[in-house]
Amino acid sequence: MADPKALYQEVILDHNRKPRNWGSLAHASHRAEGHNPLCGDHLKLTLDMPNDRIDAIAFEGESCAICKASASMMTAAVKGKTRDDAETLIQEFRDMATGKLDLVREAHHLGRLAVFAGVRDLPTRVKCAILPWHTLHAAFNAVASTTTEAEDDPMHAPIGDA
Amino acid sequence: MKTVVPARQTRGDPSFDVERVRADFPILKLKVGGKPLVYLDNAASSQMPQAVLDRIVRYRTTQHSNIHRAVHTLSEIATREYEEARGKVARFLNAREEREVIFTSGTTDAINLVMHGYGRKFIGKDDEIILTTLEHHSNIVPWQMLAEEKGAKIRVVPVNDAGELDIDAYEKLFNEHTRFVGVMHVSNALGTINPIKAMIAFAHARGVPVLVDGAQAAPHLKLDVQDLDCDFYAFSGHKVCGPTGVGALYGKAAVLERMQPFKGGGDMILSVTFEKTVYNTIPFKFEAGTPPIAGAIGLGAAVDYLSALGMDAIAAHELELLNHATEALNRMPGVRIIGTAEKKAAVVSFAIEGVHPHDVGTLLNQDGIAVRTGHHCAQPVMKRFGVPATSRASFAFYNTLAEVDALVTGIRNVQKVFT
Repeated sequence: MADPKALYQEVILDHNRKPRNWGSLAHASHRAEGHNPLCGDHLKLTLDMPNDRIDAIAFEGESCAICKASASMMTAAVKGKTRDDAETLIQEFRDMATGKLDLVREAHHLGRLAVFAGVRDLPTRVKCAILPWHTLHAAFNAVASTTTEAEDDPMHAPIGDA
Repeated sequence: MKTVVPARQTRGDPSFDVERVRADFPILKLKVGGKPLVYLDNAASSQMPQAVLDRIVRYRTTQHSNIHRAVHTLSEIATREYEEARGKVARFLNAREEREVIFTSGTTDAINLVMHGYGRKFIGKDDEIILTTLEHHSNIVPWQMLAEEKGAKIRVVPVNDAGELDIDAYEKLFNEHTRFVGVMHVSNALGTINPIKAMIAFAHARGVPVLVDGAQAAPHLKLDVQDLDCDFYAFSGHKVCGPTGVGALYGKAAVLERMQPFKGGGDMILSVTFEKTVYNTIPFKFEAGTPPIAGAIGLGAAVDYLSALGMDAIAAHELELLNHATEALNRMPGVRIIGTAEKKAAVVSFAIEGVHPHDVGTLLNQDGIAVRTGHHCAQPVMKRFGVPATSRASFAFYNTLAEVDALVTGIRNVQKVFT
Protein backbone atom coordinates (compact mmCIF):
# COMPACT_ATOMS: atom_id res chain seq x y z
CA MET A 1 0.00 0.00 0.00
CA ALA A 2 1.00 3.58 -0.50
CA ASP A 3 2.77 5.40 2.25
CA PRO A 4 0.09 7.30 4.22
CA LYS A 5 2.35 10.37 4.20
CA ALA A 6 2.40 10.32 0.44
CA LEU A 7 0.33 12.41 -1.90
CA TYR A 8 -2.53 10.00 -2.46
CA GLN A 9 -4.43 10.76 0.73
CA GLU A 10 -8.06 9.87 1.18
CA VAL A 11 -9.25 13.44 0.68
CA ILE A 12 -7.52 13.61 -2.71
CA LEU A 13 -8.81 10.19 -3.76
CA ASP A 14 -12.31 11.18 -2.67
CA HIS A 15 -12.29 14.35 -4.75
CA ASN A 16 -10.97 12.32 -7.69
CA ARG A 17 -13.82 9.81 -7.36
CA LYS A 18 -16.52 12.39 -6.73
CA PRO A 19 -15.34 15.71 -8.13
CA ARG A 20 -17.28 18.69 -6.79
CA ASN A 21 -18.66 21.34 -9.17
CA TRP A 22 -18.21 19.01 -12.14
CA GLY A 23 -19.65 20.21 -15.42
CA SER A 24 -19.99 23.47 -17.25
CA LEU A 25 -22.01 26.63 -16.52
CA ALA A 26 -24.56 27.57 -19.17
CA HIS A 27 -24.16 31.29 -18.51
CA ALA A 28 -20.53 31.89 -17.61
CA SER A 29 -19.03 35.34 -17.34
CA HIS A 30 -15.48 33.93 -17.45
CA ARG A 31 -14.03 30.78 -18.94
CA ALA A 32 -10.66 29.25 -19.78
CA GLU A 33 -9.11 25.98 -20.82
CA GLY A 34 -5.99 24.57 -19.26
CA HIS A 35 -3.75 22.06 -20.98
CA ASN A 36 -0.60 20.25 -19.99
CA PRO A 37 0.67 18.90 -23.30
CA LEU A 38 3.36 16.75 -21.74
CA CYS A 39 0.97 14.55 -19.79
CA GLY A 40 -2.32 15.25 -21.53
CA ASP A 41 -4.11 16.85 -18.58
CA HIS A 42 -6.86 19.01 -19.97
CA LEU A 43 -9.62 20.93 -18.21
CA LYS A 44 -12.28 23.51 -18.94
CA LEU A 45 -13.28 26.01 -16.31
CA THR A 46 -16.38 28.18 -16.35
CA LEU A 47 -17.35 30.73 -13.73
CA ASP A 48 -20.01 33.26 -13.07
CA MET A 49 -18.49 36.29 -11.39
CA PRO A 50 -20.76 39.34 -11.36
CA ASN A 51 -19.36 42.18 -9.23
CA ASP A 52 -16.00 40.47 -8.66
CA ARG A 53 -17.47 37.67 -6.55
CA ILE A 54 -17.45 34.04 -7.73
CA ASP A 55 -21.12 33.03 -7.51
CA ALA A 56 -20.73 29.80 -9.43
CA ILE A 57 -17.85 27.77 -10.80
CA ALA A 58 -17.59 24.46 -12.65
CA PHE A 59 -14.94 22.34 -14.33
CA GLU A 60 -14.68 19.30 -16.51
CA GLY A 61 -11.97 17.54 -18.48
CA GLU A 62 -9.58 14.62 -18.63
CA SER A 63 -6.79 14.47 -16.14
CA CYS A 64 -4.89 12.50 -13.55
CA ALA A 65 -6.17 12.21 -9.98
CA ILE A 66 -3.89 14.94 -8.68
CA CYS A 67 -5.14 17.45 -11.25
CA LYS A 68 -8.79 16.49 -10.89
CA ALA A 69 -8.73 16.59 -7.09
CA SER A 70 -6.89 19.90 -7.16
CA ALA A 71 -9.54 21.34 -9.49
CA SER A 72 -12.38 19.97 -7.39
CA MET A 73 -10.99 21.33 -4.13
CA MET A 74 -10.15 24.61 -5.80
CA THR A 75 -13.71 25.15 -7.01
CA ALA A 76 -15.02 24.35 -3.53
CA ALA A 77 -12.52 26.74 -1.96
CA VAL A 78 -13.07 29.76 -4.21
CA LYS A 79 -16.85 29.61 -4.59
CA GLY A 80 -18.33 32.68 -2.88
CA LYS A 81 -14.94 34.37 -2.62
CA THR A 82 -13.94 37.65 -4.21
CA ARG A 83 -11.54 37.67 -7.09
CA ASP A 84 -8.84 39.20 -4.88
CA ASP A 85 -9.20 36.45 -2.28
CA ALA A 86 -9.07 33.82 -5.02
CA GLU A 87 -5.93 35.40 -6.48
CA THR A 88 -4.33 35.18 -3.04
CA LEU A 89 -5.15 31.47 -2.91
CA ILE A 90 -3.74 30.95 -6.41
CA GLN A 91 -0.46 32.52 -5.36
CA GLU A 92 -0.30 30.59 -2.09
CA PHE A 93 -1.14 27.29 -3.78
CA ARG A 94 1.55 27.80 -6.41
CA ASP A 95 4.07 28.74 -3.74
CA MET A 96 3.17 25.66 -1.70
CA ALA A 97 3.44 23.32 -4.69
CA THR A 98 6.80 24.70 -5.73
CA GLY A 99 8.15 24.64 -2.19
CA LYS A 100 8.31 28.41 -1.76
CA LEU A 101 5.73 28.57 1.00
CA ASP A 102 6.51 27.08 4.40
CA LEU A 103 3.08 26.02 5.62
CA VAL A 104 4.21 25.80 9.24
CA ARG A 105 6.06 29.08 9.59
CA GLU A 106 4.22 31.36 7.21
CA ALA A 107 0.64 32.57 7.35
CA HIS A 108 -1.65 31.32 4.60
CA HIS A 109 -5.28 30.65 3.75
CA LEU A 110 -4.95 27.21 2.18
CA GLY A 111 -6.74 25.16 4.85
CA ARG A 112 -7.52 21.65 3.53
CA LEU A 113 -5.66 22.47 0.30
CA ALA A 114 -2.50 21.81 2.30
CA VAL A 115 -2.92 18.10 1.43
CA PHE A 116 -1.22 18.98 -1.85
CA ALA A 117 1.99 20.05 -0.10
CA GLY A 118 3.50 16.63 -0.96
CA VAL A 119 3.78 17.46 -4.67
CA ARG A 120 6.77 19.64 -3.89
CA ASP A 121 8.75 16.39 -3.59
CA LEU A 122 7.50 15.17 -6.97
CA PRO A 123 8.70 17.74 -9.51
CA THR A 124 7.05 15.89 -12.40
CA ARG A 125 3.66 16.17 -10.70
CA VAL A 126 3.76 19.82 -9.65
CA LYS A 127 2.20 20.84 -12.96
CA CYS A 128 -0.69 18.44 -12.46
CA ALA A 129 -1.62 20.10 -9.17
CA ILE A 130 -1.12 23.65 -10.41
CA LEU A 131 -2.95 23.42 -13.74
CA PRO A 132 -6.46 24.21 -12.37
CA TRP A 133 -5.12 27.25 -10.50
CA HIS A 134 -3.28 28.40 -13.55
CA THR A 135 -6.51 28.06 -15.52
CA LEU A 136 -8.49 30.04 -12.95
CA HIS A 137 -5.92 32.82 -13.19
CA ALA A 138 -6.28 32.75 -16.98
CA ALA A 139 -10.08 32.94 -16.71
CA PHE A 140 -9.85 36.02 -14.47
CA ASN A 141 -7.65 37.66 -17.06
CA ALA A 142 -9.80 36.65 -20.02
CA VAL A 143 -7.11 34.39 -21.48
CA ALA A 144 -8.92 31.71 -23.46
CA SER A 145 -6.42 28.94 -22.99
CA THR A 146 -3.34 28.33 -20.94
CA THR A 147 -0.70 25.73 -20.40
CA THR A 148 1.90 24.97 -17.79
CA GLU A 149 4.58 25.02 -20.48
CA ALA A 150 7.00 27.62 -21.79
CA GLU A 151 7.19 30.97 -20.07
CA ASP A 152 4.13 30.16 -18.00
CA ASP A 153 5.83 27.08 -16.60
CA PRO A 154 5.87 27.38 -12.81
CA MET A 155 8.89 25.07 -12.76
CA HIS A 156 10.95 27.69 -14.51
CA ALA A 157 10.66 29.83 -11.43
CA PRO A 158 13.39 29.07 -8.91
CA ILE A 159 12.21 26.81 -6.13
CA GLY A 160 12.91 27.82 -2.57
CA ASP A 161 15.11 30.72 -1.56
CA ALA A 162 18.23 29.37 -3.26
CA MET B 1 -2.38 -19.65 -5.15
CA LYS B 2 0.64 -17.75 -6.35
CA THR B 3 3.33 -19.49 -8.29
CA VAL B 4 6.77 -18.26 -7.39
CA VAL B 5 8.97 -18.23 -10.45
CA PRO B 6 12.68 -18.34 -9.72
CA ALA B 7 14.47 -15.36 -11.21
CA ARG B 8 16.89 -17.32 -13.32
CA GLN B 9 14.43 -19.73 -14.85
CA THR B 10 14.43 -19.14 -18.56
CA ARG B 11 13.17 -21.73 -20.97
CA GLY B 12 14.54 -19.78 -23.91
CA ASP B 13 18.22 -20.53 -23.48
CA PRO B 14 19.50 -22.54 -20.53
CA SER B 15 22.98 -20.99 -20.88
CA PHE B 16 21.57 -17.47 -20.35
CA ASP B 17 22.06 -16.80 -16.64
CA VAL B 18 20.20 -13.60 -15.86
CA GLU B 19 21.64 -13.26 -12.36
CA ARG B 20 25.15 -13.38 -13.73
CA VAL B 21 24.19 -10.79 -16.35
CA ARG B 22 22.68 -8.55 -13.67
CA ALA B 23 25.96 -8.59 -11.77
CA ASP B 24 27.47 -6.70 -14.74
CA PHE B 25 25.15 -3.72 -14.12
CA PRO B 26 26.07 -1.75 -10.98
CA ILE B 27 22.95 0.44 -11.13
CA LEU B 28 20.65 -2.56 -10.76
CA LYS B 29 21.82 -2.87 -7.15
CA LEU B 30 20.26 0.51 -6.33
CA LYS B 31 17.38 0.98 -3.96
CA VAL B 32 14.74 3.59 -4.69
CA GLY B 33 12.90 4.93 -1.66
CA GLY B 34 14.13 1.91 0.29
CA LYS B 35 12.84 -0.59 -2.32
CA PRO B 36 15.02 -2.54 -4.74
CA LEU B 37 15.01 -0.82 -8.11
CA VAL B 38 12.85 -2.59 -10.69
CA TYR B 39 13.94 -0.86 -13.85
CA LEU B 40 11.32 -1.30 -16.55
CA ASP B 41 11.97 1.84 -18.58
CA ASN B 42 14.51 0.38 -20.98
CA ALA B 43 12.76 1.65 -24.09
CA ALA B 44 13.49 5.16 -22.84
CA SER B 45 17.09 4.39 -21.94
CA SER B 46 18.94 1.23 -20.98
CA GLN B 47 21.65 0.88 -18.34
CA MET B 48 25.36 0.45 -18.94
CA PRO B 49 27.31 -2.65 -17.91
CA GLN B 50 30.63 -2.30 -16.06
CA ALA B 51 32.51 -3.24 -19.25
CA VAL B 52 31.16 -0.16 -21.04
CA LEU B 53 31.73 2.12 -18.05
CA ASP B 54 35.30 0.80 -17.76
CA ARG B 55 35.94 1.27 -21.45
CA ILE B 56 34.85 4.91 -21.30
CA VAL B 57 37.02 5.55 -18.24
CA ARG B 58 40.01 3.84 -19.88
CA TYR B 59 39.59 6.01 -22.97
CA ARG B 60 39.23 9.17 -20.95
CA THR B 61 42.11 8.40 -18.59
CA THR B 62 44.65 6.93 -21.02
CA GLN B 63 43.68 7.46 -24.66
CA HIS B 64 41.93 10.77 -25.14
CA SER B 65 42.88 13.27 -27.77
CA ASN B 66 41.21 14.70 -30.84
CA ILE B 67 40.97 12.41 -33.85
CA HIS B 68 41.92 12.54 -37.53
CA ARG B 69 44.27 15.44 -36.86
CA ALA B 70 47.63 15.47 -35.17
CA VAL B 71 50.50 13.06 -35.64
CA HIS B 72 51.19 12.61 -31.95
CA THR B 73 50.72 9.28 -30.23
CA LEU B 74 47.53 10.05 -28.33
CA SER B 75 45.81 11.35 -31.43
CA GLU B 76 46.77 8.22 -33.30
CA ILE B 77 45.46 6.03 -30.48
CA ALA B 78 42.19 7.98 -30.19
CA THR B 79 41.70 7.86 -33.97
CA ARG B 80 42.37 4.12 -34.04
CA GLU B 81 39.96 3.41 -31.17
CA TYR B 82 37.25 5.62 -32.69
CA GLU B 83 37.56 3.92 -36.06
CA GLU B 84 37.62 0.51 -34.41
CA ALA B 85 34.32 1.42 -32.75
CA ARG B 86 32.95 2.18 -36.22
CA GLY B 87 34.00 -1.30 -37.27
CA LYS B 88 32.27 -2.84 -34.25
CA VAL B 89 29.03 -1.03 -35.11
CA ALA B 90 29.36 -2.08 -38.76
CA ARG B 91 29.68 -5.73 -37.69
CA PHE B 92 26.77 -5.34 -35.23
CA LEU B 93 24.59 -4.21 -38.15
CA ASN B 94 26.29 -6.54 -40.64
CA ALA B 95 27.06 -3.59 -42.90
CA ARG B 96 29.07 -4.34 -46.04
CA GLU B 97 31.66 -1.71 -45.28
CA GLU B 98 32.72 0.33 -42.27
CA ARG B 99 32.37 3.60 -44.20
CA GLU B 100 28.63 2.95 -44.32
CA VAL B 101 28.44 3.75 -40.59
CA ILE B 102 28.18 7.41 -39.57
CA PHE B 103 28.39 8.35 -35.93
CA THR B 104 25.62 10.75 -34.93
CA SER B 105 24.38 12.09 -31.62
CA GLY B 106 21.52 9.59 -31.70
CA THR B 107 18.59 8.36 -33.74
CA THR B 108 16.97 11.80 -34.01
CA ASP B 109 20.21 13.27 -35.31
CA ALA B 110 20.56 10.38 -37.77
CA ILE B 111 17.07 10.92 -39.18
CA ASN B 112 17.69 14.65 -39.45
CA LEU B 113 20.90 13.87 -41.31
CA VAL B 114 18.95 11.83 -43.86
CA MET B 115 16.28 14.51 -44.15
CA HIS B 116 18.86 17.23 -44.84
CA GLY B 117 21.36 15.13 -46.79
CA TYR B 118 18.96 13.09 -48.88
CA GLY B 119 15.53 14.68 -48.52
CA ARG B 120 16.48 18.26 -49.26
CA LYS B 121 18.41 17.15 -52.33
CA PHE B 122 16.07 14.58 -53.83
CA ILE B 123 12.55 15.39 -52.57
CA GLY B 124 10.66 18.28 -54.12
CA LYS B 125 7.26 19.81 -54.72
CA ASP B 126 4.32 17.37 -54.81
CA ASP B 127 6.60 14.45 -54.01
CA GLU B 128 5.26 12.07 -51.38
CA ILE B 129 6.85 10.63 -48.26
CA ILE B 130 5.27 7.56 -46.65
CA LEU B 131 5.41 7.32 -42.86
CA THR B 132 3.39 5.19 -40.43
CA THR B 133 0.98 5.98 -37.61
CA LEU B 134 3.37 4.19 -35.25
CA GLU B 135 6.30 6.57 -35.82
CA HIS B 136 8.06 8.29 -32.98
CA HIS B 137 7.94 12.07 -33.30
CA SER B 138 11.59 11.95 -34.38
CA ASN B 139 10.57 10.21 -37.60
CA ILE B 140 7.62 12.53 -38.20
CA VAL B 141 8.73 16.07 -37.43
CA PRO B 142 11.85 16.22 -39.67
CA TRP B 143 9.76 15.06 -42.63
CA GLN B 144 7.05 17.59 -41.85
CA MET B 145 9.70 20.30 -41.85
CA LEU B 146 10.92 19.06 -45.24
CA ALA B 147 7.37 18.81 -46.61
CA GLU B 148 6.67 22.37 -45.55
CA GLU B 149 9.88 23.66 -47.11
CA LYS B 150 9.50 21.80 -50.39
CA GLY B 151 5.75 21.56 -50.81
CA ALA B 152 5.95 17.77 -50.50
CA LYS B 153 3.21 15.60 -48.97
CA ILE B 154 3.23 13.07 -46.16
CA ARG B 155 1.12 9.92 -46.49
CA VAL B 156 0.50 7.83 -43.39
CA VAL B 157 0.12 4.05 -43.09
CA PRO B 158 -2.75 3.20 -40.70
CA VAL B 159 -2.63 0.57 -37.95
CA ASN B 160 -5.20 -2.02 -36.91
CA ASP B 161 -6.62 -2.47 -33.40
CA ALA B 162 -3.73 -4.75 -32.45
CA GLY B 163 -1.21 -2.05 -33.32
CA GLU B 164 -0.04 -3.70 -36.54
CA LEU B 165 0.56 -1.77 -39.74
CA ASP B 166 -2.06 -2.19 -42.45
CA ILE B 167 0.23 -3.53 -45.17
CA ASP B 168 -2.47 -3.47 -47.85
CA ALA B 169 -2.99 0.21 -47.15
CA TYR B 170 0.80 0.74 -47.22
CA GLU B 171 1.05 -0.76 -50.67
CA LYS B 172 -1.89 1.30 -51.92
CA LEU B 173 -0.20 4.53 -50.81
CA PHE B 174 2.46 4.14 -53.50
CA ASN B 175 2.04 6.13 -56.68
CA GLU B 176 4.27 7.92 -59.18
CA HIS B 177 4.92 10.71 -56.65
CA THR B 178 6.27 8.44 -53.90
CA ARG B 179 9.89 9.33 -53.18
CA PHE B 180 10.68 8.05 -49.71
CA VAL B 181 9.57 5.70 -46.94
CA GLY B 182 10.32 6.16 -43.24
CA VAL B 183 9.30 3.32 -40.93
CA MET B 184 10.24 2.22 -37.45
CA HIS B 185 11.44 -1.34 -36.98
CA VAL B 186 9.90 -1.75 -33.52
CA SER B 187 7.25 0.54 -32.03
CA ASN B 188 8.43 2.28 -28.89
CA ALA B 189 4.88 2.83 -27.67
CA LEU B 190 3.37 -0.60 -28.40
CA GLY B 191 6.25 -2.98 -29.06
CA THR B 192 5.00 -4.03 -32.51
CA ILE B 193 7.72 -5.53 -34.71
CA ASN B 194 6.96 -4.26 -38.19
CA PRO B 195 7.44 -6.45 -41.31
CA ILE B 196 10.07 -4.08 -42.63
CA LYS B 197 11.84 -6.55 -44.90
CA ALA B 198 8.73 -7.01 -47.04
CA MET B 199 7.97 -3.30 -46.86
CA ILE B 200 11.47 -2.46 -48.08
CA ALA B 201 11.23 -4.97 -50.93
CA PHE B 202 7.89 -3.48 -52.00
CA ALA B 203 9.31 0.07 -51.96
CA HIS B 204 12.47 -0.96 -53.82
CA ALA B 205 10.43 -2.62 -56.55
CA ARG B 206 9.10 0.91 -57.15
CA GLY B 207 12.50 2.57 -56.88
CA VAL B 208 11.75 4.16 -53.50
CA PRO B 209 14.42 4.24 -50.76
CA VAL B 210 13.60 3.33 -47.17
CA LEU B 211 14.85 4.65 -43.86
CA VAL B 212 14.37 2.40 -40.85
CA ASP B 213 14.20 3.90 -37.36
CA GLY B 214 15.84 1.08 -35.44
CA ALA B 215 16.04 2.77 -32.03
CA GLN B 216 13.82 0.15 -30.39
CA ALA B 217 14.97 -2.81 -32.48
CA ALA B 218 18.73 -2.59 -32.01
CA PRO B 219 18.57 -3.56 -28.30
CA HIS B 220 16.37 -6.59 -28.93
CA LEU B 221 16.82 -8.13 -32.38
CA LYS B 222 19.69 -9.55 -34.37
CA LEU B 223 20.23 -7.01 -37.12
CA ASP B 224 21.38 -7.54 -40.67
CA VAL B 225 21.09 -4.44 -42.83
CA GLN B 226 22.22 -6.38 -45.91
CA ASP B 227 19.47 -8.91 -45.48
CA LEU B 228 16.90 -6.17 -44.81
CA ASP B 229 18.32 -4.26 -47.79
CA CYS B 230 17.28 -0.94 -46.17
CA ASP B 231 18.89 2.22 -47.49
CA PHE B 232 19.23 3.75 -44.03
CA TYR B 233 19.12 2.32 -40.51
CA ALA B 234 19.31 4.58 -37.46
CA PHE B 235 19.78 3.71 -33.79
CA SER B 236 20.90 5.24 -30.49
CA GLY B 237 23.74 4.25 -28.19
CA HIS B 238 21.90 4.74 -24.93
CA LYS B 239 19.22 2.23 -25.82
CA VAL B 240 21.77 -0.55 -26.46
CA CYS B 241 23.56 -0.26 -23.09
CA GLY B 242 25.88 2.45 -24.39
CA PRO B 243 26.16 6.11 -23.39
CA THR B 244 23.85 8.99 -24.33
CA GLY B 245 24.95 11.54 -26.90
CA VAL B 246 25.98 9.00 -29.50
CA GLY B 247 24.21 6.92 -32.10
CA ALA B 248 24.76 5.65 -35.60
CA LEU B 249 23.34 5.92 -39.05
CA TYR B 250 23.92 3.12 -41.50
CA GLY B 251 23.52 4.13 -45.12
CA LYS B 252 24.28 2.24 -48.30
CA ALA B 253 27.56 3.63 -49.61
CA ALA B 254 26.11 4.39 -53.04
CA VAL B 255 23.25 6.38 -51.47
CA LEU B 256 25.51 8.22 -49.01
CA GLU B 257 27.83 9.18 -51.87
CA ARG B 258 24.99 10.93 -53.68
CA MET B 259 23.86 12.91 -50.63
CA GLN B 260 24.78 16.45 -49.69
CA PRO B 261 26.44 17.12 -46.32
CA PHE B 262 24.21 17.90 -43.35
CA LYS B 263 26.46 19.99 -41.14
CA GLY B 264 29.42 21.97 -42.37
CA GLY B 265 32.66 22.32 -40.47
CA GLY B 266 35.95 20.67 -39.67
CA ASP B 267 36.70 17.03 -40.46
CA MET B 268 34.04 16.87 -43.18
CA ILE B 269 36.23 18.59 -45.77
CA LEU B 270 39.23 17.73 -47.91
CA SER B 271 40.15 21.33 -48.68
CA VAL B 272 38.71 24.73 -47.99
CA THR B 273 39.23 27.99 -49.80
CA PHE B 274 36.83 30.88 -49.90
CA GLU B 275 36.24 30.05 -53.55
CA LYS B 276 35.50 26.35 -53.18
CA THR B 277 35.36 23.66 -50.53
CA VAL B 278 35.88 20.02 -51.40
CA TYR B 279 34.00 17.66 -49.12
CA ASN B 280 35.59 14.64 -47.53
CA THR B 281 34.65 11.10 -48.50
CA ILE B 282 32.03 9.10 -46.59
CA PRO B 283 31.58 8.62 -43.72
CA PHE B 284 33.61 11.74 -42.77
CA LYS B 285 31.54 13.99 -45.04
CA PHE B 286 28.75 13.57 -42.49
CA GLU B 287 30.80 13.94 -39.32
CA ALA B 288 31.49 17.66 -39.04
CA GLY B 289 33.32 18.86 -35.97
CA THR B 290 34.83 16.81 -33.19
CA PRO B 291 32.53 13.83 -32.72
CA PRO B 292 31.58 12.23 -29.39
CA ILE B 293 34.76 10.14 -29.35
CA ALA B 294 34.32 8.60 -25.91
CA GLY B 295 30.65 8.01 -26.71
CA ALA B 296 31.47 6.19 -29.93
CA ILE B 297 34.08 4.04 -28.18
CA GLY B 298 31.55 3.32 -25.42
CA LEU B 299 28.99 2.38 -28.06
CA GLY B 300 31.52 0.04 -29.62
CA ALA B 301 32.02 -1.64 -26.25
CA ALA B 302 28.25 -1.85 -25.76
CA VAL B 303 27.55 -3.63 -29.05
CA ASP B 304 30.45 -5.98 -28.29
CA TYR B 305 28.85 -6.72 -24.91
CA LEU B 306 25.48 -7.47 -26.54
CA SER B 307 27.07 -9.59 -29.24
CA ALA B 308 29.00 -11.59 -26.63
CA LEU B 309 25.74 -12.35 -24.81
CA GLY B 310 24.23 -13.18 -28.18
CA MET B 311 21.28 -11.34 -29.66
CA ASP B 312 19.42 -14.62 -30.06
CA ALA B 313 19.80 -15.43 -26.36
CA ILE B 314 18.74 -11.86 -25.51
CA ALA B 315 15.67 -12.11 -27.72
CA ALA B 316 14.72 -15.50 -26.24
CA HIS B 317 14.96 -14.26 -22.64
CA GLU B 318 13.03 -11.09 -23.44
CA LEU B 319 10.32 -13.09 -25.17
CA GLU B 320 9.91 -15.06 -21.97
CA LEU B 321 9.55 -11.80 -19.99
CA LEU B 322 7.06 -10.47 -22.53
CA ASN B 323 4.96 -13.63 -22.47
CA HIS B 324 4.96 -13.76 -18.68
CA ALA B 325 3.96 -10.08 -18.43
CA THR B 326 1.30 -10.40 -21.12
CA GLU B 327 -0.28 -13.45 -19.48
CA ALA B 328 -0.19 -11.87 -16.03
CA LEU B 329 -1.66 -8.52 -17.11
CA ASN B 330 -4.33 -10.21 -19.22
CA ARG B 331 -5.47 -12.04 -16.09
CA MET B 332 -5.86 -8.80 -14.10
CA PRO B 333 -9.36 -7.31 -14.01
CA GLY B 334 -9.39 -3.64 -15.00
CA VAL B 335 -6.05 -3.84 -16.83
CA ARG B 336 -5.93 -3.53 -20.60
CA ILE B 337 -2.84 -4.06 -22.72
CA ILE B 338 -2.57 -1.58 -25.59
CA GLY B 339 -0.69 -3.10 -28.49
CA THR B 340 -1.41 -6.78 -29.00
CA ALA B 341 0.48 -7.41 -32.21
CA GLU B 342 1.37 -10.98 -33.02
CA LYS B 343 5.04 -10.05 -33.25
CA LYS B 344 6.20 -7.85 -30.41
CA ALA B 345 9.37 -6.81 -28.66
CA ALA B 346 9.37 -6.80 -24.85
CA VAL B 347 7.26 -3.68 -24.44
CA VAL B 348 3.93 -3.72 -22.60
CA SER B 349 1.83 -0.57 -22.77
CA PHE B 350 -1.19 -0.77 -20.52
CA ALA B 351 -4.10 1.15 -19.07
CA ILE B 352 -5.65 0.61 -15.64
CA GLU B 353 -9.36 1.33 -15.60
CA GLY B 354 -10.16 4.51 -13.71
CA VAL B 355 -6.53 5.44 -13.05
CA HIS B 356 -4.58 7.99 -15.06
CA PRO B 357 -1.14 6.76 -16.20
CA HIS B 358 0.61 9.52 -14.28
CA ASP B 359 -0.92 8.32 -11.05
CA VAL B 360 0.12 4.79 -12.00
CA GLY B 361 3.69 5.95 -12.56
CA THR B 362 3.93 7.84 -9.27
CA LEU B 363 2.47 4.96 -7.26
CA LEU B 364 4.62 2.30 -8.95
CA ASN B 365 7.64 4.47 -8.22
CA GLN B 366 6.76 4.27 -4.53
CA ASP B 367 7.32 0.51 -4.92
CA GLY B 368 10.68 1.09 -6.61
CA ILE B 369 9.29 0.27 -10.05
CA ALA B 370 10.36 2.57 -12.89
CA VAL B 371 7.95 2.65 -15.84
CA ARG B 372 7.32 5.32 -18.42
CA THR B 373 3.99 7.10 -18.39
CA GLY B 374 2.87 9.53 -21.05
CA HIS B 375 2.46 9.64 -24.80
CA HIS B 376 5.92 8.16 -25.50
CA CYS B 377 6.62 10.83 -28.13
CA ALA B 378 4.06 9.04 -30.29
CA GLN B 379 0.94 11.18 -30.04
CA PRO B 380 -0.58 9.79 -33.27
CA VAL B 381 -0.47 6.30 -31.69
CA MET B 382 -2.21 7.55 -28.54
CA LYS B 383 -4.87 9.23 -30.67
CA ARG B 384 -5.39 6.04 -32.67
CA PHE B 385 -6.08 4.09 -29.49
CA GLY B 386 -8.16 6.84 -27.89
CA VAL B 387 -5.96 7.36 -24.85
CA PRO B 388 -4.11 10.51 -23.76
CA ALA B 389 -1.25 8.43 -22.45
CA THR B 390 -0.33 4.92 -21.35
CA SER B 391 1.87 3.32 -18.75
CA ARG B 392 4.65 1.35 -20.37
CA ALA B 393 6.84 -1.38 -18.99
CA SER B 394 9.75 -2.05 -21.32
CA PHE B 395 12.09 -4.91 -20.55
CA ALA B 396 15.75 -5.57 -21.15
CA PHE B 397 17.64 -8.85 -21.03
CA TYR B 398 18.72 -8.05 -17.45
CA ASN B 399 15.15 -8.03 -16.19
CA THR B 400 13.80 -11.10 -14.44
CA LEU B 401 10.53 -12.94 -14.22
CA ALA B 402 10.47 -11.93 -10.53
CA GLU B 403 10.52 -8.29 -11.64
CA VAL B 404 7.51 -8.94 -13.85
CA ASP B 405 5.81 -10.33 -10.75
CA ALA B 406 6.82 -7.18 -8.84
CA LEU B 407 5.12 -5.12 -11.55
CA VAL B 408 1.96 -7.18 -11.20
CA THR B 409 1.97 -6.69 -7.42
CA GLY B 410 2.62 -2.98 -7.96
CA ILE B 411 -0.36 -2.68 -10.30
CA ARG B 412 -2.51 -4.45 -7.70
CA ASN B 413 -1.38 -1.88 -5.12
CA VAL B 414 -2.33 0.95 -7.48
CA GLN B 415 -5.77 -0.58 -7.90
CA LYS B 416 -6.15 -0.87 -4.11
CA VAL B 417 -5.38 2.83 -3.65
CA PHE B 418 -7.99 3.76 -6.23
CA THR B 419 -10.82 1.47 -5.11
